[in-house]
Amino acid sequence: MVEVAGETAVVNGVPGPAYDEPPIIEVRDLSIAYRGKPALSDVTLDIHRHEIFGIIGPANSGKTSFLRALNRMDAFNTAMEVSGSIRINGKNINDWRNEYALRSRIGVVFPLPVGLPLTVYENVAFSPRLRGIRKRAELDEVVERCLTRAALWDEVKDRLDSLGSLLSGGQQQRLTIARALSQEPELLLLDEFSIAVDPVTTMRIEDVLKELRSELTIVLVTNLVQQARRLADRTAFFLMGELVEIGATEDLFEGDVKDKRTTGYIEGRFG
Amino acid sequence: MAWYVDRAARVLVFVGGISAIVFIIGIFVFITKEGLDFVLGPLSLGEFFTSIAWRPTSNNPTYGALALIVGTASVTGFAMLFSVPLSLGAALFIAEFATGKTRETLKILVEMLAAIPSVVWGFVGMSIMNPLIIQIFDVPLGLGVLNAGLILGLMAAPIMTTIAEDALKAVPDTYREAAEALGATRWEVIVKVVIPASRNGLLAAVLLGVGRGFGETMAVLMASGHAINLPTSVFDSVRALTATIASELGDTVTGGAHWGSLFTLGILLFVVTFLINLTADIVVRGIRKK
Ligand SMILES: Nc1ncnc2c1ncn2[C@@H]1O[C@H](COP(=O)(O)OP(=O)(O)OP(=O)(O)O)[C@@H](O)[C@H]1O
Ligand SMILES: [Mg+2]
Repeated sequence: MVEVAGETAVVNGVPGPAYDEPPIIEVRDLSIAYRGKPALSDVTLDIHRHEIFGIIGPANSGKTSFLRALNRMDAFNTAMEVSGSIRINGKNINDWRNEYALRSRIGVVFPLPVGLPLTVYENVAFSPRLRGIRKRAELDEVVERCLTRAALWDEVKDRLDSLGSLLSGGQQQRLTIARALSQEPELLLLDEFSIAVDPVTTMRIEDVLKELRSELTIVLVTNLVQQARRLADRTAFFLMGELVEIGATEDLFEGDVKDKRTTGYIEGRFG
Repeated sequence: MAWYVDRAARVLVFVGGISAIVFIIGIFVFITKEGLDFVLGPLSLGEFFTSIAWRPTSNNPTYGALALIVGTASVTGFAMLFSVPLSLGAALFIAEFATGKTRETLKILVEMLAAIPSVVWGFVGMSIMNPLIIQIFDVPLGLGVLNAGLILGLMAAPIMTTIAEDALKAVPDTYREAAEALGATRWEVIVKVVIPASRNGLLAAVLLGVGRGFGETMAVLMASGHAINLPTSVFDSVRALTATIASELGDTVTGGAHWGSLFTLGILLFVVTFLINLTADIVVRGIRKK
C-alpha cells in the first residue's frame, strides 16, 4: 500500500510521503545524555516531507528525548547534553540564530495537555500574536481555522472566552493541537498525545492527523503500537536508547524485520 | 497505636488555631475598650480626621490626627513607590533567571535582610541616611518622608520578594515549556504567561508589604523626624500614627483622655491593617481557586 523509496505514494487520495525529495529532517549520530548518563546513542535517520513518522518503544527508551532534541528544548535543561547533528530543511538546527525562531516553526503536543492559563481563544491566538498579528479579524480567522482543523470548533465556538483549563481532557488535547497548528508549522511533534484521551476522541484526532499529512510532516511518538500501525508511514523502534529498527510500518507489523526484538515488542512480549 | 496520635495532633492543631483567633479578638476588644471612653466622650470625628492640631497635653487639648494619618500614608506610599518595583524585580530575577549558587545566595541574603531588627534600621536612618541626605540634597535635615520611606521600603522588601518569588515558583514549569515550545522568548514567557498566572500572588505580596510598612513603628519614629506636619516635599519631617502611640503612651495617665486618644489611633491602625490583610487573604484565596 505504501511505496517506500521511488516516487511519491498516494494513499487514499492524499499525496503520500515525498521520498524522492531530500528529507526534511536528517539526524546523524545523535546521542543524548543527562548528566553523563546516556539516554539515546548514535541515532541516524531521515524523515521525509509529508510523512507520518512513528516512533515506538517501551518506557525510558529515549523517545521523548529525541523529540526534545528536534526543537532544541535542551536549552531548557542544563542537564541535557546533545551531540551529533540534526538538519531541518538542510540547515543544522544549531546554526539558527536563536532557538525561538526554530521553535516557532515546530508544533509540539505533549503527553498531557498543557493549556496555557489563558482563554480558549488566547491559547490559539498566542503564537500568531508572537508573530506580530494584531488585527482582531485576522486573529479570529486563524483561531477558527485552527480549532476547526483540530476538530474542536463546534464544541467550543460558544465558549471561546472561558479558560482553556475548564475544557475536558480530550478537548484540552485538541486545543493544544489547534495551538500547535496556529504556529503554521512545517513540522508537528506529538508525544504520546492519547495518553489522557478517550478512544473516541483519539480516533477523531487520528483522522485529523491523517488529513494534516498533506500539509506538513508529523513525528508521532506513541506507546500504542496499533496507533503507529494505523497512522505511520514508516516506524522506528527505540529500545533503551538504541535505534533497533526502522522501516515501512507495514513491513514491521508483518514480521519483515532485521531484529527479532522488534517483533517481540510489537507482539507485546515485552516492554 | 496510631489513632490517638492522630487524635492528639488534631486537638493540638485545633487549640493552636482557636487560640490565634482568641488572641486577635482579645486584642481588638482590649483596644476598643480602652479607647471607648474617649471615642464616646471628648472625640470629635470632624476634628480627628480634618485637623492637624494634635495637642493632647495642652490645657485646652485638641485631637486632630490628620497630620499623623498623612504622615503614615506618605511614608508608606513613598516606601512602596520604590520598594514594589525593587522587590518584584528581585523576585523575578531569583525565580526566573538566577540558577544554582547565585539563587541560593540571593535567597539567603533576602532572608538575612528580613531578620534585621527594626531598631537597627532606625539607627541606619538616623546615623547613615540622615547625613547622606543632608549632603546630597543640601537640605538642613535628613529626617523625613524620604529617609523613613527608604528605610521602610528596604524593610518591606524581603517579605514582598519572598512571597512574590513563591508565587512565581508556583507557576508550573509545563506552562513555561509550552510557551517556549511555541517560540516565545524568555521575556515573552514571563510577561505573557508567568506574570498573568501569578498575578494574585504578586498582588498579595504587595499588600503584605504595605501592611508591613504601615505597622512599622521604631524605624519610622527614628527616621521620620517625628514632627507634626503636613509634608509638602519628601524632605519634610512627619510623624506616623504608630510612632505617636509608642512615644506618648508612657507619659499618659491610665484611663485619661490622652490615653484614650492613643488607643483610638490604635483602633484606626488595627482596622486598616486588618483590611489590608483581609484583602491580601481574599486575593490569595483567589489564586487557589484557579
Ligand atoms: N530531564 C531529565 N533529567 C534526567 N534524566 C532524564 C530526563 N528526561 C529523561 N531522562 C532519562 O532519559 C532516559 C530516556 O527518557 P525519555 O523520557 O526520553 O524516555 P521515553 O522513551 O520518552 O519514555 P516514556 O515512554 O516513559 O515517556 C530515561 O532513562 C530517563 O530517566
Ligand atoms: Mg516520553
